Amino acid sequence: MASPPVPGFTCQTNRKGNSAPVWDSGAGRSGRSRSDSECNAAPTAKSLARLCSRDKDERTTALEELSQKVLVCLGLDRPGSAQLSKEVLLHLLRLSSLCPLKEVRMKATELLRTAQEEGINVPRALASGPSAFIPAKELLIDGPNQDILIESFLSLGRVDHLTMVMALHPAYLSCYQRTQHALLELDGPLPCHWRHYIAILAAARHHCAYLVHQHSAGFLEAGGEEGWLCSLRHAPTKLRSLQTLNKLLAHRPWLITQQHIQELVSPGAEPRWSLAELIHAVILMAHTHSLCSFVWGCGLNPEPDHVGGYTFQPSSPGHLPRSPHSPAHEDGRPELVDGEVEVELLMKRMVELQQQQECTQEEMVTRFERERSESIPTALVRGAPPGLVLCLVEEPEFRYEDFAPRGEQSPHIMRAQDYSWEDHGFSLVNRLLPDMGQLLDEKFQVVSGLTYHRMAMHEDVDTCTLRKALWNYIHCLYGIRYDDYDYGGVNVLLERSLKVFVKTMACHPEQTTARIYHAFWRHFRHSEKVHANLIVMEARLQAALLYTLRAITYYMR
Amino acid sequence: MEENLLATAATNGAVVTWNLGKPSRNKQDQLYTEHKRTVNKVCFHPTEVYMLLSGSQDGFMKCFDLRKKESVSTFSGQSESVRDVQFSVKDYFTFAASFENGNVQLWDIRRPDRFERMFTAHTGPVFCCDWHPDDRGWLATGGRDKMVKVWDMTTNRAKEIYCVQTIASVARVKWRPERKFHLATCSMMVDHNIYVWDIRRPFIPFATFEEHKDVTTGIVWRHQHDPHFLLSGSKDSTLYQHMFKDATRPVDKANPEGLCFGLMGDLAFAVNDSLISSDTTRKPYPGGDRRYPFFSFKKANPTEQFAHVSSALSVFETILDSHRMDWFVKTAQLYLLSGKPFVELCDHNAKVAQELKRPQVSTTWTMLRIMFSDPANLAAPTPNHNLSKLGSLPLMNSFSMKEMASGMGAESRLERSKGESRQDNIHLDWLDHSHRFLFNPMSENEETEGSEGPAEYMFGDAELDDDELYSMDHDNQAAEEPEYTLPQEAFQLRHEIMDNPSAPEPLQQDKADSPHVSGNEAEVTCLTPIESFSLISISQPLFSPHLSASFFSPIVREMLSYYAEQGDVQMAVSVLIVLGEKIRKEIDELTQEHWYMSYIDLLQRFELWNVSNEVIKLSTCNAITCLNQTSTTLHINCSNCKRPMSNKGWICDRCRQCASVCAVCHHVVKGLFVWCQGCSHGGHLEHIMNWLKSSAYCPAGCGHLCEYT
Repeated sequence: MASPPVPGFTCQTNRKGNSAPVWDSGAGRSGRSRSDSECNAAPTAKSLARLCSRDKDERTTALEELSQKVLVCLGLDRPGSAQLSKEVLLHLLRLSSLCPLKEVRMKATELLRTAQEEGINVPRALASGPSAFIPAKELLIDGPNQDILIESFLSLGRVDHLTMVMALHPAYLSCYQRTQHALLELDGPLPCHWRHYIAILAAARHHCAYLVHQHSAGFLEAGGEEGWLCSLRHAPTKLRSLQTLNKLLAHRPWLITQQHIQELVSPGAEPRWSLAELIHAVILMAHTHSLCSFVWGCGLNPEPDHVGGYTFQPSSPGHLPRSPHSPAHEDGRPELVDGEVEVELLMKRMVELQQQQECTQEEMVTRFERERSESIPTALVRGAPPGLVLCLVEEPEFRYEDFAPRGEQSPHIMRAQDYSWEDHGFSLVNRLLPDMGQLLDEKFQVVSGLTYHRMAMHEDVDTCTLRKALWNYIHCLYGIRYDDYDYGGVNVLLERSLKVFVKTMACHPEQTTARIYHAFWRHFRHSEKVHANLIVMEARLQAALLYTLRAITYYMR
Repeated sequence: MEENLLATAATNGAVVTWNLGKPSRNKQDQLYTEHKRTVNKVCFHPTEVYMLLSGSQDGFMKCFDLRKKESVSTFSGQSESVRDVQFSVKDYFTFAASFENGNVQLWDIRRPDRFERMFTAHTGPVFCCDWHPDDRGWLATGGRDKMVKVWDMTTNRAKEIYCVQTIASVARVKWRPERKFHLATCSMMVDHNIYVWDIRRPFIPFATFEEHKDVTTGIVWRHQHDPHFLLSGSKDSTLYQHMFKDATRPVDKANPEGLCFGLMGDLAFAVNDSLISSDTTRKPYPGGDRRYPFFSFKKANPTEQFAHVSSALSVFETILDSHRMDWFVKTAQLYLLSGKPFVELCDHNAKVAQELKRPQVSTTWTMLRIMFSDPANLAAPTPNHNLSKLGSLPLMNSFSMKEMASGMGAESRLERSKGESRQDNIHLDWLDHSHRFLFNPMSENEETEGSEGPAEYMFGDAELDDDELYSMDHDNQAAEEPEYTLPQEAFQLRHEIMDNPSAPEPLQQDKADSPHVSGNEAEVTCLTPIESFSLISISQPLFSPHLSASFFSPIVREMLSYYAEQGDVQMAVSVLIVLGEKIRKEIDELTQEHWYMSYIDLLQRFELWNVSNEVIKLSTCNAITCLNQTSTTLHINCSNCKRPMSNKGWICDRCRQCASVCAVCHHVVKGLFVWCQGCSHGGHLEHIMNWLKSSAYCPAGCGHLCEYT
């Protein structure tokens, strides 16, 4: 079909030199008039999605259209007009509080007020701010990180509480979102609704209603069957066969052996997982588990459009809104006089540690063992999780147990040089699920390098030792030992209240309470506490991945 | 050199030396605990017995004199984790250090303050490096990115002169003694074998040792002048001494055959000479013929111990009558532009294009259907079916074989300028690869080396598929629309090899074969589902259903402009019409108008009046639709006085007569007027018809024998 261009047959397109699409107002108007003709339908998700257009004019048009539709629905003069559905109201509620674009936020608020004036029962967000632990004023939607929030609003269509809190660390947020996107949306061996379902199962293990809700929405949007959400029984056997791995991965990853992998992958297994599928599922699960730690550790409030995040009851004055699943905000922290002294002491210790003399190998091992077996009370029984979550959990009584309970034969600890992420884990993941290794590697690197060179009220501090201690302490809780790390440092740098928080968050995230959160690092900024959360989350993810990847490597051997 | 001296590095940062010659039971000689973190590597100086170098996770390298209790000097790499340190064999003072961040640094042992030079060698950690034992400037590095690279350090900037792609991250690399171009590698993950490569033949290992059951942790040649013994240790708790003559030679098992589909629906196929020679109807490509600069024989080089393979390359081309415009006319006539649902229109047009052997256009139609139809409708016509049709149809029917006629190679490719934008990419790739080729010149037959472009290109393409399938992200996939309907995916390309005719060494085979030949089942098991996925993925919505069609608009816009620029304005206009509202507002009016005008003009030149009219009718450009409304002016002359009839009406204002009066009924004819060309009398069509049925003469009575046919 190739032909030498016949004279007069070619066509120059760029006559005007203007090839960009022209979203002129005419196009917008025609769009509106078209939808006006079908205007009895209430605002749809599709029209709401247009609010995230990157084109400013397009957004403006969409906003106008939205408000017109809402007003039409409100139009009382026409008795037959459509009622505003609950979904739309909730959507507006969400936009009014969580949209980084000011004009959208204002318009949504205005519409809700109009609706209320028209006598419609309008929902109200229960939570004040994204987190129950961190005051809302620290996490303003139009704060200094507005740019990255706008970016994620435009690309994801919404800004959730998780994003708001993570936006305290923009460098991390962007690589987190890339990974999340690649895990859930991009091409991969698992179908999209399966991915969400696996994430739901993983989140349910930690009773994390927040993530369960979020992924349920994603699951339904990806075309999943609603029945699966009611009970595991309705899901395919292949998905259910992941349950053991999910359970171990969430609570005691060191128990994962090559037999577990073999059961899923070997040719005799029915239903059979391919290695690529399995590794995708494993990363999804581990990612979600560690995300649960973050959600609980930051005390994230339910989204305004999640069950439990809103109410149609009018607010009674004097009654502080309280989210049902997050514990009461225990304020009134005792202002300790020695608080500043504490920070300075910590800094002094950090410096000292760097100059400390080497000690013998035996001493190092002993210190590791001591750290590992130190009993940090974490068992704090909470109320039963919501039914929606519970029905997706098998063996809910299977929990984290100390890696080596005292006096018992401990399982073999994993020595970091035998199986490390850099040398081994990365290669395996990259082999089976290209790009994912790169993304995770990048994320680990960002977290390990993240620092603002400050601590509480002090600037210009090298926080490296502290971060390292935190990271290694979590790995220590999961039975991973670094030969070249002196675990005495952990004891020196991490105060007991911090250990309680870290251990609770990493091992029993659902038991994190505001008291535990407020008890440690009393003079540190909230963003620094979130930073600690990030370290815990990533360290936990890496530990869980290392055990599973090692099992897979053994299986492939 | 001291035979009894041994140095070890420990994970806790200790460097220990042992003297086996010590009479006591404790052989420990020195203990250095200066490193804070794990020491990754220790290295003795090649000539100085007491000089030891260490590289550690803490980013420092230290030089020890074994006669002293403490390190002599410390080098700070200013970065994390030194993975390997190696003294240069030839330069007394120089050593190289490789780092976790992908850098390699060169140091002078006398200058601990600053490195001499630094360059980035790999993406990700560089696990190992090794100086060439004979060639002063050559340094081999191996990294997590699965590459072994050989650097020439004699120039100002370190230059990559060879590159070997392995299948797993490279943990150790060691030059083979006495063999200038050979080096051995092993991996720390997944792959347990040891490979010996000829760096000039980077695609298939020269030799393989497959004894280990777990990953190999270290390799070393037993003697620095003996190329026949290799020692290796492994995590399976064994230590092997390999005799070189026991090694398996992957080349022997390699399969010098290859198959590849081109974008334009062409098929290239290479097969071993011995197989094809039996078929007398096909002549193998005459090797060494200089007319086709991309193919030539490589002279056998006795110093290379490689099997000589020769294969013939055949190219099956879709016949494209590039100079005839038949396809244009046929397409114009057969395309349906309106009157049916969108999906059917697309399917129909795809079929038309397919029948006219324009696979690319056909694919475009199919793509458009997938992109713009509702997700709900997607399931009904399975594109998979379509795929297989694309794949098999050309093979069965529409290919004619050309015996390596000039069809192959760059000329034809360029000639068929009606490629799709993808073609450019492929060209680029191809250049890339041949570029890489130029890096392995052999002294003897340098001039033939670069000439393997096409063969390599085939290869590159196959390899590309595989990688891109994984890595394509959402947007890309949409952007490179033809990607998922390319018929290539229907074949297990991995197993086929495209070899250059009678190359002494089947160097291209390696990429395809080594992962499989080396018997790694893991690779196979994980590849298969992905591959199948790539096919299936088409039948599922690739994009979440809420993605509006407008998501694709920019791509389609580009596509249309592309077609138009390629001269196929027909395609641009047809798509414009079929898509209608979906795309129209994306393209600026002037451009559209221009396309319409060009197309209509063309149609009229080919006298396709009906089609041109249809196009005018269906177009939405004001400027075009008014073409049909501008009244066609007919200049009429009075039949009596032969003067132009200026005023309206039927009476000539000069001779006051009715101009066209029916000879039968004597009324003015308004409408079809038929007249005899002999006597110029005529009238209403029907009247004349009836009249002439009964009479042979003119109704006007002029006596002319009129004929009506």
